[in-house]
Amino acid sequence: MRLAASLAFAFAALIGTAAQAQETTVKIGVLTDMSSLYADATGPGSLVAAKMAVQDFNPAAHGLKVEVVSADHQNKPDVGSNIARQWFDVDHVDAIVDVPNSGVALAVSEVTREKNKVFLVSGAAISDLTGPKCSPNTIHWTYDTWMLANSTGKSVVKTGGDTWFFLTSDYAFGHALERDTTAVVVANGGRVVGSVSHPLNNQDFSSYLLQAQTSKAKIIGLANAGGDTINAIKQGAEFGITAGGQHFAGLLVFISDVEALGLKTAQGLVLTETFYWDMNDATRAWTKRWQTERKGKLPTMIQAGVYSAVLHYLKAVAALKSAADGKAVVAKMKEMPTDDPLFGKGMVRADGRKIHPAYLFQVKSPAESKYPGDDYILKATIPADQAFRPMKDDHCPLVTN
Amino acid sequence: MFEIFGIPSQALFAQLLLGLINGSFYALLSLGLAVIFGMLNIINFTHGAQYMMGAFVAYMLLQYLGVNYWAALVVVPVLVGLLGILIERLLLQHLRKLDHLYGLILTFGLALIIEGLFRNYYGSSGQPYQVPEALRGGRNLGFMYLPNYRAWVIAASLVVCFATWYLIERTRLGSYLRAATENPTLVRAFGINVPRMVTLTYGFGVALAALAGVMAAPIYNVSPQMGSDLIIVVFAVVVIGGMGSIMGAIVTGFMLGIVEGLTKVFFPEASNTVIFAIMIIVLLLRPAGLFGRAA
Repeated sequence: MRLAASLAFAFAALIGTAAQAQETTVKIGVLTDMSSLYADATGPGSLVAAKMAVQDFNPAAHGLKVEVVSADHQNKPDVGSNIARQWFDVDHVDAIVDVPNSGVALAVSEVTREKNKVFLVSGAAISDLTGPKCSPNTIHWTYDTWMLANSTGKSVVKTGGDTWFFLTSDYAFGHALERDTTAVVVANGGRVVGSVSHPLNNQDFSSYLLQAQTSKAKIIGLANAGGDTINAIKQGAEFGITAGGQHFAGLLVFISDVEALGLKTAQGLVLTETFYWDMNDATRAWTKRWQTERKGKLPTMIQAGVYSAVLHYLKAVAALKSAADGKAVVAKMKEMPTDDPLFGKGMVRADGRKIHPAYLFQVKSPAESKYPGDDYILKATIPADQAFRPMKDDHCPLVTN
Repeated sequence: MFEIFGIPSQALFAQLLLGLINGSFYALLSLGLAVIFGMLNIINFTHGAQYMMGAFVAYMLLQYLGVNYWAALVVVPVLVGLLGILIERLLLQHLRKLDHLYGLILTFGLALIIEGLFRNYYGSSGQPYQVPEALRGGRNLGFMYLPNYRAWVIAASLVVCFATWYLIERTRLGSYLRAATENPTLVRAFGINVPRMVTLTYGFGVALAALAGVMAAPIYNVSPQMGSDLIIVVFAVVVIGGMGSIMGAIVTGFMLGIVEGLTKVFFPEASNTVIFAIMIIVLLLRPAGLFGRAA
């Protein structure tokens, strides 16, 4: 009886492995914020973007079978790293994509390094991911705090905003953004007169705005994102911040935030993104397709970054014919130049930094906007080789030898 | 102009005033919760979602029907209160005889469903809602710039809180209600329809939450998670004030708003957690809460 059972098991296992030998299976996990303050900037829209990338790649033609799964990390590093571990250990996921919230991203990056898988960061901003915390398994795709500081920060200082007060989100991202922007302000002749940290996902900013008003700084730097930025700007209007002569510098603002604020409140805000839906025909066509799943919404640069990263990842896996060795896939992604309809031609540097141009935008006034979604004027383009921190300043262990 | 603990006195008074404003929201919300728990012994976790519904219904009325803020202040609590009555009639009344915890689980589940529905339809970034014309702008008080709307919030919530307290503690209707909670069988013997009173009271508590939601719409982000962020703090307020005490909920709400405001000045990183630290201390020293009657 026992012999028959073990023979049956062996037979089944044989059949199972025989079936898999035909094509390579690749599993991609979209780990994002589905339910909290970053859900509109990333969330379900990122999942749609990942699925579109898989569809456009046409896995069958390359002998691949691709599956996409998703989960909500709720902005908690412990939840995020637990999901990552389960995905890598139990569910055979090969690559994790997106992960907004820099605290979660740092945690997931370490787990990915340990398991030798691939981590494509689109949502998180902390520049340390290509700095002291760089990893041969991680690529930082869409943007980072250094780029934001040197684009928005520098342009604000150069137009006369030389005294700053920071409203900082009290976790890894906020502090990194404040640190990088402070460096830019000071380097360009400005001065930081004070700062205050607020909890993540904060409803009421009246107390912090009052402290900002008392400081008499010309610029109130918002080192936060998503719902926090929206709340701060809304309540700033209520407390007469701009009437008092101070201005907000939105260091990280997405088009979803602008839509939530409305052009009346957001007009004149200067921000930096690496993707705008209305930039050219390719981006417009992609946006239209994306919108069939996300009606009434506009894609942010994070969601576009997920599409671009997944596409390039699949190209690398197809070239290697295997997704098993994370380091090898990432090395291949750094070797191959990138090209997609959303970011154009670019490349991935040795430190894991994806390079593409950055765009400085200004939010239009309601009168200037001719159709829904017509939110931005392009003020400046920062070429790819200047948009991101030079490798020599990284302090990344992968590069220093 | 002098300094207290290194903060200029002007800044301190300003923060105290802002704390009072936040305290009015805590007071309004914890009032509804105290009414429902104190009177009906239902742990209403849906309170946060009902507050959010108040804000969203006000937004929807403005967006689709052009109903302005002032009308919404009256219409929205009635609408959401009716929804609350529906919940009570369909779902909660069956749990009356069971342990409190079943009511907690049911209302928590409801809250998750309601939030998920709104998030599915509206996303999480929030909807714009303008401050009404008459309350725009503000006045410079010397030590701070006080927006008119925030001053209105303090005044309105003081009026509503006092009116509710008066209704429950000093009128005949309120006395029927308090009696019905203590001894329902006896009160029924007097010919008073106790189940109907319970349903209407639940509806009233929900209406209070919705009113707080309408008042929050112009200043706080009208988003599906606005209730869940607030509800935990409000529960802490009700526990500190004493679960059955109306006056306790009101006073504690304002007091804790001020304490939180002061924390934001001296140690902002702790502003999220100071209320819970106080709750732990109060529960250790006075388990029934500051104003509560021992069970």
